[in-house]
Amino acid sequence: MINLNLDQLPDAQGHFGPYGGKFVPETLMHPLEELEQAYLKAKNDPAFQAELDRLLREYSGRPTPLFFAQRFSEHLGGAKIYLKREDLNHTGAHKINNCLGQGLLAKRMGKKRVIAETGAGQHGVATATVCALLNLDCEIYMGEEDMRRQELNVFRMQLLGAKVHRVSSGSRTLKDAINEAIRDWVTNVRHTYYLLGSVLSSHPYPVMVRDFQSIIGREAREQVLAQEGRLPDLLLACVGGGSNSIGLFYSFLKDQNVAMVGVEAGGRGKALGEHAARFNGGKPGILQGTYSYVLQTEEGQIANTHSISAGLDYASVGPEHAYLHDLGRIRYTAVDDGQALEAFHLLSQLEGIIPALESAHAVAESMRLAPGLGRGRIIIINLSGRGDKDVQTVSQLVSGP
Amino acid sequence: MTRIQEKFQELKHRKQKAFIPYITLGDPDLETTHQLVLELEKSGADIIELGVPFSDPLADGPVIQRASERALRNGFSLKKGLKMVSEVRKQTALPLVLFSYYNPLFAYGLPALAKEARASGIDGFLITDLSVEEAQVPVGLIKEMGLDAVFLAAPTSTEERIEKIARFSSGFIYAVSRTGVTGMQKSISEEVRPLVDRIRAHSTLPVAVGFGISEPGQVQQIGRVADGVVVGSAIVRSIEENLGNPHLTERVGDFTRWLKGGG
Repeated sequence: MINLNLDQLPDAQGHFGPYGGKFVPETLMHPLEELEQAYLKAKNDPAFQAELDRLLREYSGRPTPLFFAQRFSEHLGGAKIYLKREDLNHTGAHKINNCLGQGLLAKRMGKKRVIAETGAGQHGVATATVCALLNLDCEIYMGEEDMRRQELNVFRMQLLGAKVHRVSSGSRTLKDAINEAIRDWVTNVRHTYYLLGSVLSSHPYPVMVRDFQSIIGREAREQVLAQEGRLPDLLLACVGGGSNSIGLFYSFLKDQNVAMVGVEAGGRGKALGEHAARFNGGKPGILQGTYSYVLQTEEGQIANTHSISAGLDYASVGPEHAYLHDLGRIRYTAVDDGQALEAFHLLSQLEGIIPALESAHAVAESMRLAPGLGRGRIIIINLSGRGDKDVQTVSQLVSGP
Repeated sequence: MTRIQEKFQELKHRKQKAFIPYITLGDPDLETTHQLVLELEKSGADIIELGVPFSDPLADGPVIQRASERALRNGFSLKKGLKMVSEVRKQTALPLVLFSYYNPLFAYGLPALAKEARASGIDGFLITDLSVEEAQVPVGLIKEMGLDAVFLAAPTSTEERIEKIARFSSGFIYAVSRTGVTGMQKSISEEVRPLVDRIRAHSTLPVAVGFGISEPGQVQQIGRVADGVVVGSAIVRSIEENLGNPHLTERVGDFTRWLKGGG
C-alpha cells in the first residue's frame, strides 16, 4: 500500500516525484517566484480566504449539490451514482473556483491586466466574468478552431468586456492558445497577471490551481458522509489538463479504499493525432513549462490531438496526475467521441441534466463500470460543466453534416 | 578550451566583438543551412547559433516560428541535422552553438545527444526553456563532453538568479535585451546596459546580447556595451524573403555584411 505524504507534494521547486518543476524562459522565472510568494502569503491570510469563501458562496452559489442520479443508476443496474454538480456554478463549470482565487490574487499583487488561454471557452468565460467583477482588464487567447466550435462562448466573453485574440498558429486549439498567452506574458510580465486555467505549466500553477479546485472534493466528502454515512467506492472525472479531476480526487487521496479513475479523451482512434489520451500513447517530456506525460513524435515534436470536446483536447496533462499515475493511486482510462456522445444523450434523457461533452466522458466511464459493481456501491462523478455550450455541436452531429 | 572560449579570447586580443547570427536548422532545408553556415562565416560571423526546430516555440516571435514550421514541413530531424553539422565541420572551424527548446533534446536522449553533438562538431548548447533550477543533470552531461552550456539572463533576473546563471554557464552568457519573445525592434532597450553590468558583477565570462537587434546601428550600439551581439529574426527574415531565390545564400550573406557594418 502506498503511503502518500501529501504535505511534501510538491517539493520546494514544484516537483511531484520526477514531474512538474519550472521549464520556462529565464524572463519568467523571477515573476514565477513572485507569484509563488504572493500565493503562499494569500493562502495563509484569513482575510483572503474569507473573501474567497464569500465569493464562492454568494457569487458562484457554492456549495454545489451532490445529487443522487436515481434513474440513471437504476438504468445501469449496479452501483449508486452521485453527481457532484459543478455545472451549477455561476458560468456553468468548475472553472470559476480557480478564477475567483486567482482573480483575488491578481488584485492583491496590484496587477491591472489579466490574460488567459481558453479551449472550450469555459475558462475564458469564467476569467472574463471574474475580471468584470473585480474591475480588471481582460484579454483571452483562443484557437481559431475552438472559436469556430464555441462561437457562443466567444460572444459571451466579449459581452463580459473581454478582448478575445484569435490564435491561428499550429493546430489552432488550446495548446496554441497557451503558447500565445505565454508570449504575451513574457512581453508584458511586469504589469500582467497570467490566469492559467488548469493544473498545468510551471510551479506554482499546478499546486495553486489544485488548491483552488480542491473545494470540490472537500464538499463532496462532507456531503457523501452526510447523505450515505460512508465514503464512496469510486470517483470518476474527466481529465484534460486535470483541474476538475484533481479538485475532486485530492481530498480522498489518503482514503485507500476510495478508487479513482481519470477519464481521458479517446477521440476517434488510437493513432497519434486522433486522441488526447496522454497515459495511453504519451511519454514523459517537457511542454509549456512542465515535465509530464506528453503526446509527441519520436523526434520530440508535440503531436496534434483530437477530441469532440475542446476542453480535453490537449497534448499534455498536469504533473501531479503523471505522478499519481506512476504511483498507481489513480487509474487512467480513455473514452472515445462516440461513447461520450452516448452518455451525453443518456444523462440528458434520464436525469434532465445535459452534461458538458468533457464531463460526458466521465459519465460514459460510469456506464462501463457501474453495472459490474454491486448495488450497495457508491460512485461519485464530477459533473464538471453543463452542456449548453455543446448543444450546437451535438445537434450538427445528430442531423449530419 | 572550447572553440567558443578560444574565439572570445582571440576577439578580445583584437579588441573586437563577436558577431553571432542565428539560423534555424533545416530552414528551408538542411542543404541550405549547410551553405548558409559557410556564407555567414564569409560574411563576418564569429559564432553561429543553430536553432533546432520545435512545434511549440513559445519564446519566439512569428519570424522564427515560421522558420520552425518550414523546417518541420520539410522533414527535419535532429539526427539529420547533426549529420549536416558533421559535414560542414570539415569545411569550417567556426564555433557552433545548438540552440533549442528542451523537449526535442530530451526525446533524443541527452547522454547520447551530448556525445553525438560533440562528435559532429557542435561546441555548446543553449536550451531556452531549461531554467538553472532544472539544469544540474543536463549541464553535467554537456560539460562532461567538453561542451559549453550557455544560459540566458533577463532584465527580470534578480541578483540571486544572475549569480546562479553565472555558476552554470560556460563559454558566454546570453543577455536577453528586453522582456518579450524574439523579434525585430526599432530601438535598443534601455535595460541592456544595466543588465550587462549586473552580469559582469557576477561573472568574468563574455556577455552576448540578443533579442530585437536588426540594424547595423544597433549592432554597433550593443558592441559598445557587450562582448558579442546575436542577430536572429532579422537574418531569418532575410532567408524567408529569399525563399525560392537561387541566390538565397548570397542575398543572406549581403544582408549579414550590411548588418555587421562591413558592406
